[in-house]
Amino acid sequence: MNGQPVPQKTTTPMANVNPSGFWKRSKNFRVAMLYLFPSFLLFSVFVFYPMMKTVYLSFFLTDYEGFPSLFVGLENYAYIFQSESFRKSIIATFIFVLITVPFGVLLALFLALLANEKLKGIGFFRTIFASNMGMSVAASSVIWLFLFHPSIGAFNQFLATFHLPQVEWLLDPSWAIISVSITTIWMNTGFAFLIILGGLQNIDEYLYENANIEGAGYWYQLKRITLPMLSPTMFFIITVSLINAFQTFGQVDILTQGGPAESTNLIVYSIYREAFINYQFGPASAQSVVLFLCILVVTILQFKFGEKKVHYQ
Amino acid sequence: MKKVELRNVCKSYDGPPQVVTNVNVTINPGEFFILVGPSGCGKSTILRMIAGLESITGGQLLIGDQVANSLMPSERNLSMVFQNYALYPHLTVKDNIVFGLHVKKVPKEERKRRCEEVAAMLGLSDYLNRKPRHLSGGQRQRVALARAIVNESPVCLMDEPLSNLDAKLRAHMRAEIRQIQRKLGITMIYVTHDQMEAMTMGDRIMVLNKGEVQQVGHPLDIYNHPANPFVATFIGSPPMNVVDATVAHNQIHIEGIKPIDIMDSQLANKEIIQVGIRPEHISFASKEIEDKRRNIVEVVNVEVLGNETVIAFKLGAGEWMAKWSGQWRVQIGDRIPLEISYDAISVFDKESNELIKSPKVSDLHVFEHEVI
Repeated sequence: MNGQPVPQKTTTPMANVNPSGFWKRSKNFRVAMLYLFPSFLLFSVFVFYPMMKTVYLSFFLTDYEGFPSLFVGLENYAYIFQSESFRKSIIATFIFVLITVPFGVLLALFLALLANEKLKGIGFFRTIFASNMGMSVAASSVIWLFLFHPSIGAFNQFLATFHLPQVEWLLDPSWAIISVSITTIWMNTGFAFLIILGGLQNIDEYLYENANIEGAGYWYQLKRITLPMLSPTMFFIITVSLINAFQTFGQVDILTQGGPAESTNLIVYSIYREAFINYQFGPASAQSVVLFLCILVVTILQFKFGEKKVHYQ
Repeated sequence: MKKVELRNVCKSYDGPPQVVTNVNVTINPGEFFILVGPSGCGKSTILRMIAGLESITGGQLLIGDQVANSLMPSERNLSMVFQNYALYPHLTVKDNIVFGLHVKKVPKEERKRRCEEVAAMLGLSDYLNRKPRHLSGGQRQRVALARAIVNESPVCLMDEPLSNLDAKLRAHMRAEIRQIQRKLGITMIYVTHDQMEAMTMGDRIMVLNKGEVQQVGHPLDIYNHPANPFVATFIGSPPMNVVDATVAHNQIHIEGIKPIDIMDSQLANKEIIQVGIRPEHISFASKEIEDKRRNIVEVVNVEVLGNETVIAFKLGAGEWMAKWSGQWRVQIGDRIPLEISYDAISVFDKESNELIKSPKVSDLHVFEHEVI
């Protein structure tokens, strides 16, 4: 507190304009800033600076180390929008998002509804359903890599026992995106399950007891009580799942490397390839900015149209 | 309107300690019946067993003339008001009220009519399109009440419905619930831990302790003739003073006061007893009263409630309370003379806790400060 002016005890209106008055009045603000400082620092280093730098780089061509060498204005953007590969990547990403988010959230909701029933030993299932949260993307991708293996993979062996035609899970361009989606749904279920289960357990038991006395059946209660009461949780999990789906990278890298025929070249993987394989940091940055805008628009739309259906208590 | 009958109803959770033991009672059609007792006495459990929200592990429950043990809650044709009201936060007041009618697929026109009727009765007409979070505690309580009576079920259960309201509103709602119950003639089973609610609202009350029925009866009968020391201390505020005493030479000996002469033969063959006396039955001993009936005690606390005064004083090892009409300007530390007459006391058997004798006095005295 050294060097701080001594607050003057005065009741004249002048007190409001002299420096000590300002110093006193801004006390709350200064305290708030002090508390916010650690987050500002971390966000600046890990979020704001890289973001700015990405926008900056998207206007340049770079050398192989990523240093800007030639200012090209919006040419990087023009280039990526003309690129067939980028357009395919955008389409693949939207297909991927449209598969993983609805099915992932519905699966998690289904499991959470099951695990919320009061049954003996339900704790075991709650643990199991949530347990893949603890697995890294790399480890689970490798497991799925084995499951999808064309000859020794469990899926094809299973199909073979019923004399069904074999599926080239990761090698067939039309199947690969589905296979990656299945893997992603499986990996995200644990987190979504846990959040939804938490939301379910937060619903007052008395609401159901009253409904039981009134004679409402299971489906009626689900539709009229559970889902509306769960809407804030569902809104949160859908938002997070959407953002996560747009940013999927690890499983693509391990399962397909964007192939076959770029069918699983999701946008973040495409950015990665552009930047770290082709050393085209400029176009890669431009893609990142486009991705950022996509997520921003989708999230804004979701808040605009989705939140009306959310019942906050 | 239906009667509700409990025959030897018991409840236990996974094992021997029973939380409710052998409850036998018949609640008459149209009666306002109150279950009262301290926290954890099993009163809510009994209510929830009647509602079907808890299973009954022993005995029989009859609603109307039908055994209802294994009926689903919805098949018992009753309504319930919960302690926290259990209103649906995402539905408007109107939708909350007609929730049950909607479930039962009552036609829209009739739903609307009944909703408006009930809302008018409870003064909710202006709030029908609001969400519960925009209502005050008292209004929410009314919505819960409206939802319970709109079904026109013959039996209504209430689980401490007033405990979340402030004292003034509670007093108001007490009267209102009672009036509605009379008007509709429904059989009401009402759980409370507040002996005041029990005394003022009930046609009959059942006092429970540790899962066992202590006494069932009209509120004033219970007040005047409590079956045991527990009921005596639970019903009435401040509680009845209860103390151990011995009988010798046709006198009752209580530590700290002069012996009380026994006037009749009710205490023959008794040696160790418990004596109880209601605070308002301890009388001030004026100067005319003979010395052997005057007990001088030291005041430890005084609460003047405007029209009456509660005086706490030391007696023997314990502390007693006296409640007198009027404003007594007594100071802490004052020594005041009291009379405890034989007519005023209740006597309980020490072994069986049963009531042997109940007091005969019930008149209230009015004193001025000058008489001290």
